[in-house]
Amino acid sequence: MKPTDITDPEYFHKVVDCQYACPAHTPVPAYIRLIAQQKYTDAYLINWESNVFPGVLGRTCDRPCEPACRRGRVEEEPVAICRLKRVAADFKDDIKQFLPKAGIPNGKKVALVGAGPASLAVARDLAPLGYELHLYDEHAKGGGFMRSQIPSFRLPETVLDEEIGYILDMGGITTIFETYIDSMADLLTKGYDAIFVGCGAPRGRDLPKLPGRKEADANIHIGINWLANVAFEHTDKIGKRVIVLGGGNTAMDCCRTSMRLGGEDVKVIVRSPFEDMKASPWEKEDAMHEGIPIIDNHVPKEFVLENGKLVGMTFTKVEAVYGDDGRRDLVPVDEEPVFFPCDDVLMAIGQENAFPWIEKDTGIRFTSWGTPIINDDKTFQSTRKEVFFGGDAAFGPSNIITAVAHGHQAAVSIDLYCQGKDISKRPAPYVNLVSQKMGIHEWSYDSVPITDKREIVPLVDTAKALKDRAIEVELGFDAEAAFIEAERCLNCDAQTVFVADQCIECDACTDICPTSCISFLKNGPEAELRERLLVPAENLEQDLYVSEKLETGKVMVKDEDMCLHCGLCAERCPTAAWDMQMFYYNVTKATPSLVESR
Amino acid sequence: MSYIKPDFQHPRLPKNALGYTVTDYDGAISTLCAGCGHDSISGAIRNACFLSSIPPHRIAKLSGIGCSSKTPTYFLGKSHGFNSVHGRMPSVATGASVANRDLIYIGISGDGDTASIGMGQFLHLIRRNVNMTYIVANNGCYGLTKGQDSATADLGSISKYGHENSFDGIDLASLALLQGASFVARSFSGDKEQLEPLIRGAIAHKGFAFIDVVSPCVTFANHVGSTKSYSATRENLDAMPLDFVPMREEIRTQYEAGTSQAVTMHDGSVIHLHKASRNYQTENRNEALKVLQDSQEEGRILTGLLYIDPNSQDLNQVLKLASRPLNELGMDELCPGSRVLNSINEGLR
Repeated sequence: MKPTDITDPEYFHKVVDCQYACPAHTPVPAYIRLIAQQKYTDAYLINWESNVFPGVLGRTCDRPCEPACRRGRVEEEPVAICRLKRVAADFKDDIKQFLPKAGIPNGKKVALVGAGPASLAVARDLAPLGYELHLYDEHAKGGGFMRSQIPSFRLPETVLDEEIGYILDMGGITTIFETYIDSMADLLTKGYDAIFVGCGAPRGRDLPKLPGRKEADANIHIGINWLANVAFEHTDKIGKRVIVLGGGNTAMDCCRTSMRLGGEDVKVIVRSPFEDMKASPWEKEDAMHEGIPIIDNHVPKEFVLENGKLVGMTFTKVEAVYGDDGRRDLVPVDEEPVFFPCDDVLMAIGQENAFPWIEKDTGIRFTSWGTPIINDDKTFQSTRKEVFFGGDAAFGPSNIITAVAHGHQAAVSIDLYCQGKDISKRPAPYVNLVSQKMGIHEWSYDSVPITDKREIVPLVDTAKALKDRAIEVELGFDAEAAFIEAERCLNCDAQTVFVADQCIECDACTDICPTSCISFLKNGPEAELRERLLVPAENLEQDLYVSEKLETGKVMVKDEDMCLHCGLCAERCPTAAWDMQMFYYNVTKATPSLVESR
Repeated sequence: MSYIKPDFQHPRLPKNALGYTVTDYDGAISTLCAGCGHDSISGAIRNACFLSSIPPHRIAKLSGIGCSSKTPTYFLGKSHGFNSVHGRMPSVATGASVANRDLIYIGISGDGDTASIGMGQFLHLIRRNVNMTYIVANNGCYGLTKGQDSATADLGSISKYGHENSFDGIDLASLALLQGASFVARSFSGDKEQLEPLIRGAIAHKGFAFIDVVSPCVTFANHVGSTKSYSATRENLDAMPLDFVPMREEIRTQYEAGTSQAVTMHDGSVIHLHKASRNYQTENRNEALKVLQDSQEEGRILTGLLYIDPNSQDLNQVLKLASRPLNELGMDELCPGSRVLNSINEGLR
């Protein structure tokens, strides 16, 4: 193998598994260390700069970071990254003084369609540069799906209002709410230098052909519309017996909301096996914790009516059969259809993009999936050069953190475009790499991996929670639990940096390494090298760190997979060929430094 | 601040025949200087015992005084140990070996502990062919007392303080050969590929197995002018690679025809080695002595298994001692009573 090029920031970025997995690449270990030091405000500001909605995401994020967490590879549970983010938001001081203000007007005007996380992220990134931003939304308040889809027992309205407020209070942003944009052609004539479309994927899927659908319409609701009606207080009750169709997070929100609006016998019925459900495991757990059964492997067959009123649904029982290519077929089993009685049905079976307001002659073209054609996945520019897409509107339904990540990149594109620059030439990320050595056995980070198990987030008593949909179910960590949980972080951003020409090949590092991830051996092709390491490197998603050739002709090969970043290799190295260096990676944004470092 | 080894380990660590991983053979974290050759030897012993699937509680570690003799703390934390008086480990080892012949004895000593204060005891240990593995971590200096030249420092080697050694060093491997040791090897702490199979062979050997290991003192003898630094040792190294193949395992190593030799040990395991020259015979003591002298004259450090007598008789056999450890003998065997005493007395009349 060729020696690893550690001057490429992406190499060490990938070693920080959580940050790499995060769509917005939030510097996770950096803020977790600040939480351990009780510097909650600083921890919050790192988050705010990177993901814009720390308080919201600390409660609702899909957590792509946690399955990636290195700790999950050496013990059962990853660090509770998401809930630590909430700790930073819960315990911070007043942060307004540290936030940026709108810049001196630069004469450029940008329209943002839809006031969800993607548009708000664009606004946050562009306002300090002096853009005049017009934020349109059909509802009376900003937030988009964060407000209409996430029930307040998961995300209190105060938290959402606070974080949207930080953006809208910067200045430079004009909100044009309760205004539905119904024509792109019209908007294009209004003299905007650029238009950002962040209107989400607003159309909930239906089962129009299922027998009884039309006749029972009064008691059948599209999940996302129903949740929005609840959020905006147009709906405040539901029947006693509720069937929720679907296996995603929207289904979980629907069933739990039903329990709070008068539902007594609420069940989730899903086509796929339980394990294949799209909902996050913790959201399934939360629903079941509230006594909601999840019935899997049942495909809807018919809405059953009596005297013109919905009385239940029948389902065909199926089993999942997986082909060699991993494709799944749901094959009916030879049993009678199953009947479940109900008063109301909520359909949470997915959502789609829909742009009925974008005319064909605007030059904005769409794929056969209904999503806009984006010139380059990085720029978010549509086939009409001044129009940009982001969030669910760009590539279909995803999540908040992905929408924020899109917003950052779209803001970079819009800024480059408005300044007449080539939008494909993206500015480099901000990167830093600094030695942490304080003494022979001392590092400026807590290098010793502790063995404490993952802390459990305390919950409100279920009976109390079910009485009022505004009561937040999760109580969040207290300071002590937060400290222990923060200390579980392995500091993957403390990089093991190896300098080949300092190495005397004494083997001290390979002997001491608690996870046997350092080997000294003859070089070879990667596949064969992986086999020959002290412990074969089976996890192909994790790189090998290969040194230049050493004096004996061997090379040092480190399997990044199991490294605990404990620093023992560097402590036992007599020549400082190994060093622990803190790596900081801040993804490219329109405003490179939004928050003054304190 | 560490000195703490994390409890986590690689979840896919290989297991040996006993179901143990290599970490089951770990000791406490080392307090020697970072990069000390001795730590590497500790690592090699740990790996060798793991690979040979020796139950840790069947091993006894013995040592004298010095940096080297501290190391038993840093490997085989679940084995027996005896840290004896300076240069007096051989007498403790001899006593232990006759008292319990079933344990595996690993003695760790240094150039001071063996070649100076312990020289007398060392030679008698060889003479008696005590069944043990005796490893000298040889760095040519007294690291624990700030790096003075030791008795094995080479003539002309320059100390860290600039002083040139004016005496010939004692070559422990030659000495062991002359004194009749039944297994003599030399190796280098920075060459685990050779050191590990040597230690496995030494443990399998029945009788006294001696390994002189050049083990650089990273603090006091790793500079230009030192003949036992990492770079000087590597530069002058003539390594004879070898493989230790336990009984019933297939031999995989392939050496060029005529340059290799296989030695079958008493337990059926095989040492498969690559020789320095076609004429070299590992079972010929005179030849081994001559080759050692020759390479020394050329300023080369010949490493590998220099000599082995696979059919040696150890102390217990020579003295025809009880075939079982003393702690397993019961009252009836230890004190057979007046009837037996009378019959012995009758036999002497």
